[in-house]
Amino acid sequence: MSDGARAPGIAPWLEAIRRDRKAAIGAALLVAFALFGLLGPLFVGDPTAFVGIPLQPPTWRHLLGTTGEGQDVLAQLVVGTRVSLAIGFAVGITVVLLGAVVGVTAGFYGGRADGLLSLLFNVFLVLPGMPLAIVIAAYLPSGPLTLALVLVVTGWAWNARVLRAQTLSVRQRDFIAAAIVSGESDARIIFSEILPTMTSLLVAQAIGSTIFAIGAQVGLEFLGLGDVSGVTWGTNLYWAQNDSALLTGAWWTFAPTGLCVALVGFALSMLNSGFDEVTNPRLQLERDWRAHLAAHGLGVPRSTPVVPDRD
Amino acid sequence: MRFLLRRLGFYAVAGWVALTVNFFLPRLIPGDPATALFARFQGRLSPAALQALRATFGLTPAPLWRQYLTYLAHALRGDFGTSVAYFPSPVLSVIGTALVWTLFLAGSAVVISFALGTLLGVVAAWWRRGWVDGVMPPVLVFLGALPYFWVAMLALYGLGFGLRWFPIGHAYSDDIRPGWTVAFAADVAAHAVLPVGSIVLANLGGWLLSMRNTMIAVLGSEYVNLARAKGLHPARVVLRYAARNALLPNVTSFGMALGFVLGGSLLTEIVFAYPGQGYLLLQAVRNQDYPLMQGIFLVITLAVLGANWLVDIVYLWLDPRIRDTAS
Repeated sequence: MSDGARAPGIAPWLEAIRRDRKAAIGAALLVAFALFGLLGPLFVGDPTAFVGIPLQPPTWRHLLGTTGEGQDVLAQLVVGTRVSLAIGFAVGITVVLLGAVVGVTAGFYGGRADGLLSLLFNVFLVLPGMPLAIVIAAYLPSGPLTLALVLVVTGWAWNARVLRAQTLSVRQRDFIAAAIVSGESDARIIFSEILPTMTSLLVAQAIGSTIFAIGAQVGLEFLGLGDVSGVTWGTNLYWAQNDSALLTGAWWTFAPTGLCVALVGFALSMLNSGFDEVTNPRLQLERDWRAHLAAHGLGVPRSTPVVPDRD
Repeated sequence: MRFLLRRLGFYAVAGWVALTVNFFLPRLIPGDPATALFARFQGRLSPAALQALRATFGLTPAPLWRQYLTYLAHALRGDFGTSVAYFPSPVLSVIGTALVWTLFLAGSAVVISFALGTLLGVVAAWWRRGWVDGVMPPVLVFLGALPYFWVAMLALYGLGFGLRWFPIGHAYSDDIRPGWTVAFAADVAAHAVLPVGSIVLANLGGWLLSMRNTMIAVLGSEYVNLARAKGLHPARVVLRYAARNALLPNVTSFGMALGFVLGGSLLTEIVFAYPGQGYLLLQAVRNQDYPLMQGIFLVITLAVLGANWLVDIVYLWLDPRIRDTAS
């Protein structure tokens, strides 16, 4: 497949970052966190070393204070960023790929395959994810791989459902009929006709899945299901809770980590909604209408033009 | 009726998948979990406990399919085996009382956030670019991005530990006798404010946004225009005409949200030392109490499946189209 066929998927994202303030803020925050995780560890000391009196509030020597084990909170935060983000993004992308394989297969082939696969992802959607993840994680050796695995197992179903629906609608278009009539192989139709039309949806799904993966991962590690001797955002919170940071008033041991989790999630959803703002025809129409009114010196009315649902 | 039966069949399949996952998990890992557990406790478990563990996992010399059938039969009778952490109590009795607290916590949190979020969504859609529409969505989206249990930690630290407005843990005070009294109910409510509040805060944004977006689409449709043109009272147009239809997608996601909130509330419970499933789960994880963990998973799954079926019944009542095709 040529690069030209792929471009329609990624280009709107760059366009969104350039044109939409929300998307720009989200992208900037993400880049900042990526640098923080990639380069930060070079500038801080060993996060597990004993550096000072335990539970010391922030000072110039230890900008975010020390933990209950006498470790530097800032160093733990920086080093934790790398692992937590890596797992988050890896899971986000894997989950979407798995969802795409299942969803597109179900949508494209229909019939019995569709029935079975739909049943499978609907069952996984209705099973409560967190308890399932906990049970699986408890049986496997703790570590980043286990976490990634359970997050993929509990997170793929939603993507499969969305992508199946999208495939069903794409499949009815004329260009797919043309491809089938001209005798293209199924694999070629799926990979170079159907999937390229869904690139931006796939990226949006990957962003959503990454938000899920980071949150759920931190939650599982908080429970003690991660590698508690490692340094990640979740284990930082696990130790903060274990050392009764809350009841001794040591806010600095848990507040910065949670704030980082929230900021990454916020950045990702900003990017997603900024993109939606730029590409969603419904919102686009509204924006054009307002611009049109403003150009003629009219105020913006309360009611908004809406593309009615035709289905 | 056929719709409800079909859904019931689907939930039966889902329940069966959960049971089967539960059966095969201990068998997938190398070695025998009962012996491994026994070794880990280094003699603190009696041989009787080892036998009970073997029986719990169903690790008998019988062929796999017979083990599986025995397991299913036991599960149907509500026999999930014996807890390790609370040996020799059966898992089900350990879970029993804690389940009430979890359902109370997660249930009230879901209902409150659904009702409040949906209402705010209606308001935001009706007064577009008004105060609610401008300020609430971004703020709530940001709050929604916060990890559940971290919001709980902040609330506990700020409002419980710092300002001392609310109790900092447990479901009720030690010095009050549980019973159907006003004093006890007030005490339970006071203890529930922070945990429920933190879950509601994290969920409000999602409900608000989805309701707002469907409302905007519905408000642009022809039948709403007609209702307006007829000169119906705006409140009637919004609530009876638009909101009722815009509610449908929200009701569909209600069941799924319930499972999600139950998962999240497990962590919230741990922060507040609330005596529900989350607290039990923590004990189970710490003590490697696999039977208890699996029991909790199954019980929560059944609760979620049951709640989903109730949601289906509500859906049937709300959406006449399904009722008509079903009959």
